[in-house]
Amino acid sequence: MNVIEATGRWVRFRVEEAGRAGRFLEEAAIALGSVRSWLPNATLQMRRLGVDSLPIGMLIAVFTGIVLALLASYSFTGAVPLYFVGTLVEKTITLELAPVLTGLALAGRVGANIAAELGTMRVTEQVDALETLAYDPEAYLVVPRVVAGTIMFPLIVGLAMVVGLGAGWLASLGFLQLSSDEFLKGARMFFSTFDVEYGLVKAGSFGFAVTLIGCYKGLRARGGAEGVGNAATQAVVYSAVMILVLDAFWAMTWLHGRS
Amino acid sequence: MIKWVDVYKAFGEKKVLDGFTLDVHEGEAVVIIGYSGAGKSVAIKHVVGLLEPDRGTIEVDDNDVPTLPRKELYELRAHIGYVFQFAALFDSMTIGDNVAMGLRKRGEMSESDIQQRVAEALELVDLPDVQQQYPAELSGGMRKRVGIARAVALRPKYILYDEPTTGLDPVTSAVIDELMIRMREKLGVTSVVITHDMRSAYRVGSRIAMLYEGRVRQVGTVDEIQHTKDPIVRQFIEGRATLDGGEAASPAASPAKAAGGAGARGGGRA
Repeated sequence: MNVIEATGRWVRFRVEEAGRAGRFLEEAAIALGSVRSWLPNATLQMRRLGVDSLPIGMLIAVFTGIVLALLASYSFTGAVPLYFVGTLVEKTITLELAPVLTGLALAGRVGANIAAELGTMRVTEQVDALETLAYDPEAYLVVPRVVAGTIMFPLIVGLAMVVGLGAGWLASLGFLQLSSDEFLKGARMFFSTFDVEYGLVKAGSFGFAVTLIGCYKGLRARGGAEGVGNAATQAVVYSAVMILVLDAFWAMTWLHGRS
Repeated sequence: MIKWVDVYKAFGEKKVLDGFTLDVHEGEAVVIIGYSGAGKSVAIKHVVGLLEPDRGTIEVDDNDVPTLPRKELYELRAHIGYVFQFAALFDSMTIGDNVAMGLRKRGEMSESDIQQRVAEALELVDLPDVQQQYPAELSGGMRKRVGIARAVALRPKYILYDEPTTGLDPVTSAVIDELMIRMREKLGVTSVVITHDMRSAYRVGSRIAMLYEGRVRQVGTVDEIQHTKDPIVRQFIEGRATLDGGEAASPAASPAKAAGGAGARGGGRA
């Protein structure tokens, strides 16, 4: 096979994949209208994908808050008043680290879970069985998960912001001998509700992307156990990349230029 | 009536159906036999729109399945029961919920009527006490019977059976055969049965069609097939390794099964 042929095959495969993904997205959007099909499952998925993910989200937030407080203190090297530790912890947690780190952790947990579950259903013909019983897989399987992810990711990230800030506060009290008043003074000084709004919207977009990719990869699984494994791996990798892409997208389109 | 008319289907370079044509009349039980990977499952997946043909038409009650809009396709599927080779039960649900799935989707019955229909369907397959169990707790034969109960609970006009006795012991196979006969005689269901178990084919079928190299090699009554002079069909039904003249036939081994099982269409409809 020469280089031109190989390139042609690669381009054709990518174009076909993009077409399939576009069609999948379109079908999921149409299925959103079948509220009666997806609503009962959405609450179940909110618990499975959201509530059950709280421990890992909070664990990450605690350690992030502690490390941020200590990193800030180390970086200021006495040149910057120490109460700015509160500022840095608040800004970094709400704008970036709570959404992105939690999003990446959930990309692993939620993305792999969805891809493996739907992949197994696909290779054992359970998805075909659903179709023969007149269920639309997009409405029954995809939309509840995507709706649950888009709603629950911001809730988990919102809690992670609070827990992360609390952990940073406690670390400042314990390790930096900073008083509560000083920490809160720093945290309030440059606080804006926009910070929280920005972090939560970002989290919602991450939840949407992670669940949609998990569903797409799961329903495209082929073969047996190996196919399901590949689907789960790809779901995690693509979700992680998409989180970073979306993070940059929001920074460039929404954060950039604000004073 | 179910009609495949000159159906072509390929997966990549591999032709699976190559001008497949067959009619199934009301009240019949047509058995499709053929080598593993010959495209039998692929053929019946076209009937419920799980696969789209590359060329040709598939008609069910004068509906051209490949061109049906999504909504009409789902309405048509409500009249067709499909029994999967490995049952394809939803493993996160109880047996009762599995059987009730299609009825709940229709939304025409109260929950108490649904429960009654589920009990009747499970009674019909001689599994009256498994409603609260999960698929993993049942044997392979029991799962297949639940698969049949799920299909018949809908009181469909047609049932498509994909290798219902494969991998089962002879006694359980005979039980499944009896069930299929009972469905036809008691409920008047038109059936298409895929199998390479000839004992089952003779017991269940009113006609038998052999799929070979993507098309129907021969179709006829049980008696006609049993007395066929076609060497390929003879070799298959007698389970011989070579043709009458000693030449080995070339089974149409293909990736059809794997590709077909993946539901390539995925319900994709405009």
